[in-house]
Amino acid sequence: MAVDPIHQFQIIDLFPIAKIGNTEIAFTNSAAYMVLAVAVIAAFLIGGTARRSLVPGRIQSTAELTYEFVANTIRSTAGSEGMRFFPFVFTLFMFILTTNIIGLIPYAFTVTTHIIITATLALSVFVTVLVYGFWKNGLRFFNLFVPKGIPIYILPLIVFIEVLSFLSRPISHSVRLFANMLAGHITLKVFASFITLLGGAGIIGMVGATLPLAMVVALTALELLVAFLQAYVFAILTCIYLNDAIHPGH
Amino acid sequence: MSDGTRGTGDGNEPPDDEAALSARLQRLGNRLAQANRPSENDSGPRQTADPSAIARGFRLSAELVAGVVVGAMIGWLLDRWLGISPWGLIVFLLLGFAAGVLNVMRAAGIVRERSLND
Repeated sequence: MAVDPIHQFQIIDLFPIAKIGNTEIAFTNSAAYMVLAVAVIAAFLIGGTARRSLVPGRIQSTAELTYEFVANTIRSTAGSEGMRFFPFVFTLFMFILTTNIIGLIPYAFTVTTHIIITATLALSVFVTVLVYGFWKNGLRFFNLFVPKGIPIYILPLIVFIEVLSFLSRPISHSVRLFANMLAGHITLKVFASFITLLGGAGIIGMVGATLPLAMVVALTALELLVAFLQAYVFAILTCIYLNDAIHPGH
Repeated sequence: MSDGTRGTGDGNEPPDDEAALSARLQRLGNRLAQANRPSENDSGPRQTADPSAIARGFRLSAELVAGVVVGAMIGWLLDRWLGISPWGLIVFLLLGFAAGVLNVMRAAGIVRERSLND
C-alpha cells in the first residue's frame, strides 16, 4: 500500500458540466461531497420538522437542539439584532459541521481541507459585514477603525493598524478551519500508515502495530471534537464580525 | 359539565381540560421565556473562550500570521504600483506585524474588543 498522506486531498473530475473559454468546468469529487452534505442537511432538517409533535422525537429533538444552539450563540455574541443573520450563520455552521463529519468517514473526501472553500466562506462573511455595515451605518462604519481616547499624534498609525487588522480577518478566519482539518487528516493518515508498515514486519511488528492503532482510535475521537469545534468557532467568529457591522464603535 | 359527548368515566378530570392544557402551556411558555431572558445580551459582544487548548493555539497563530501576510501583501502591491520599492514592503510589513499582535491580544482577551471601547 502506497503511503501518501496527501493523496486523500486530490480533486478528481467526475464529469464535465460546461466550458467557458478554454477552461473546462467539471463536476468534481469535492462538488459531489458538497451536494451530499447539502442533501444530508436538508434530509435532517426536513425530516426533523415534518412531524412537529409537541413532545419531539429523536430527529426533531436534534434539529431543535441545533437551532437553539446557533440561536443562543448569535444572541450572546451579536445581541438579538444579530438574529436577522440567523439563516446565514446557521447555513455556515451546518455546512461546515456536516462536511467535516462526512470527511471523517474512511475513504470520504473532506471539502473543508481545501483553502478555496474556506476562503470563499470567509470572504462571504467579510463582504456581508462590509455591505451591511455601510448600508446600515453609512460612513459611521469607519468609526470601527478609530478607537476613542487615542492621542491625535499616533492616531494615523493606529488607524493603519486597525485597517490592516480588519483586512486580515478573512485570512485568519479561513486559514484556521482549513489548517485544522488538513493537519488532522494528515496526522490520521500518517499514524494509520504506521500500522500497515509495522504489521508487515513479523510478529514483533504486529505487537508494535497496536500502539499506532490505539493512537488512530484516539485521534479519530479528537478529530470528531475538532470537526465540531471548528464549525462552532467559524460560526462564533462570524457572529463577532457581524456584531461590528451591527454596532460599530458602539 | 355540560359536555355530554365526553366520556363520563373521567370524573376526576375537569371537562375543560383542553382549555386548562392550553393555559398551562401558556404559563410554561412564559416561564421558559423568563428563564431564557438573562442569557440574551444586547449590550454587545462577549469574550469567547475556546474550549480546547489546541483550538486556542491554532487561533492565535493564525491571527498573527494573517496580520503579517496582509501587511506584506499590501506593501508589495504598493511597491509595484508606485515604484517605491522597498519602502512600502518595509513599512507595511511592520504595520502588519503590529496588526497581527493586536489581533492576537484581542483574541486572547488581553485587549478589549474594539466595539466595547466607549
